[in-house]
Amino acid sequence: MGVLQHFFEHDNVVCTNVDTLLNLSKENSLWYLLFATACCGIELMQTGASRFDVDRFGMIPRSTPRQADLMIVAGTITHKMASRVKRLYEQMPEPKWVISMGSCANAGGPFCKYSYSVLRGIDKYIPVDVYIPGCPPRPEALIEGVFKLREKIHRETVLRKEG
Amino acid sequence: MNGPVPGMSEAHIGIHTEEMVLSMGPHHPSTHGVLRLEVTTDGEVVAGARPDIGYLHRAIEKIAENIDYRQFMPYTDRVDYLCAMNANHAYALAVEKLAGIKVPLRAEILRVLVAELNRISTHMICLGALAMDMGAYTPFLHAICHRELVNDLFEEVCGARLTYNYLTIGGVGDDVLAGFADKCEQFADYLTPKMTEFNELITGNSIFQDRLCTVGVVTGEQAINWGLVGPNLRGSGVRWDVRKNEPYSLYDKLQFEVPVGDGGDPKGSNPAGTLGDSYDRYMVRIKEVGESVRIIRQVCAMLRENDKLPPEHPDRQCQTKLPPRLKVKRGEVYVRSENPRGETGYYIVSDGTEKPLRTKIRTGSFTAVNCFEEVTRGLLIADVVAVIGSFDIVLPEVDR
Repeated sequence: MGVLQHFFEHDNVVCTNVDTLLNLSKENSLWYLLFATACCGIELMQTGASRFDVDRFGMIPRSTPRQADLMIVAGTITHKMASRVKRLYEQMPEPKWVISMGSCANAGGPFCKYSYSVLRGIDKYIPVDVYIPGCPPRPEALIEGVFKLREKIHRETVLRKEG
Repeated sequence: MNGPVPGMSEAHIGIHTEEMVLSMGPHHPSTHGVLRLEVTTDGEVVAGARPDIGYLHRAIEKIAENIDYRQFMPYTDRVDYLCAMNANHAYALAVEKLAGIKVPLRAEILRVLVAELNRISTHMICLGALAMDMGAYTPFLHAICHRELVNDLFEEVCGARLTYNYLTIGGVGDDVLAGFADKCEQFADYLTPKMTEFNELITGNSIFQDRLCTVGVVTGEQAINWGLVGPNLRGSGVRWDVRKNEPYSLYDKLQFEVPVGDGGDPKGSNPAGTLGDSYDRYMVRIKEVGESVRIIRQVCAMLRENDKLPPEHPDRQCQTKLPPRLKVKRGEVYVRSENPRGETGYYIVSDGTEKPLRTKIRTGSFTAVNCFEEVTRGLLIADVVAVIGSFDIVLPEVDR
């Protein structure tokens, strides 16, 4: 920060393209929807709490989907819950991303074989950007998943080229 | 609606009002999971909150019929993920009683040790989350800090942070490393002053007390009639703890108290409240953490004593020798044990094969959700949140 302050001491100009500027601001303020159904939700809570502290990466939990950029689907999604997840996703404003956290949200997890009520993967309902394996994934794994998503956001282009 | 809503002041009577049904959840930060409450309100006053459950029904009881006894152990973790060790313990006790398996002393010591550590860690989530529901975020961060230390201990024991699958039928999965007792005692030494700090931070806070005292009162008789168990029952002044009343494992050899609610007692911890209010249920959990610390110290001493035995001694083993394909004789069994959220009972019917014919899980959260409609009648909407938090429900335990 000191370097930057020194650099911008006088009026100055920064050259960059629009995509980089937009992507930088998007990837550094991923406000996530506090959406947890099962076991992974506790790891999500602990990731947000003191030791792992995802606030460091500009990630702040939001309770309402209307203020969220990122939906972390943490935990088992049942058929009864799936339509609600879709509705929450639709309520989120663009641009929006989804991380599927844990085996249950990825593919049904340990309930894949015999359960009659568990959805085999949330990607049947909403588009997923990053899948994190684990039952439940460790907070480090979740943070790694977030960084994979940030890499993905960094490559995005929002402006259409002419022609 | 006939007559005024209970709790409404007389000034409102005679004014034309209309009831509104408010859907709270399944996505709501303070329902502790995916519970949906159909709250019938008249202004701010709630006429009743009817729970709508089943958003996390994962058919765990049905899965039990398709897999053998050992394979079901990881699923018990997911029945109550906040206290997976206790859930493992309840299931292991049931199968062992049905199959007539005796557990070695060292395994019993380790079981009680991890169960009490897990009781502390799950109460930390409950206490912190309740404070967060009341609008205080800092106590939640403190509580999670303490919980992380328990997670570190469990990581050393079994490699997992949340779903442990550590207890097996006939013992525990693996022995602990040397010096584990010291680490547990260090944690106990650390936690005692930290709990005093936590109490100074939030328990004695007058705003917090005002939010919880005399809110959501459940009398002792109601609690028994509704089938409440665990801290929710003891909060209503009923001294019932399976660890004390029907001791299992090592609990008959351990010294500990069973804290009960003492609302309204001028010398007690809740002088401003009523017996069985939300603050009583909260205080029971605070006191239980202290009792668990007491048990951990005693069990650590037993573990050290056990370490002195030669390695081949039968009391030093962690696992009973069992056949690779465990077959259980015909019969049925119901075993209950004291989990942090109350009695958890496993009812298993065996037809003599490798797989159980039926497994029924009885959990404390289910009955707690059951009484919401009665308890929340006449409260304000903000108090409904306090009541949900004070009952400490976990949704996979409700839906299973």
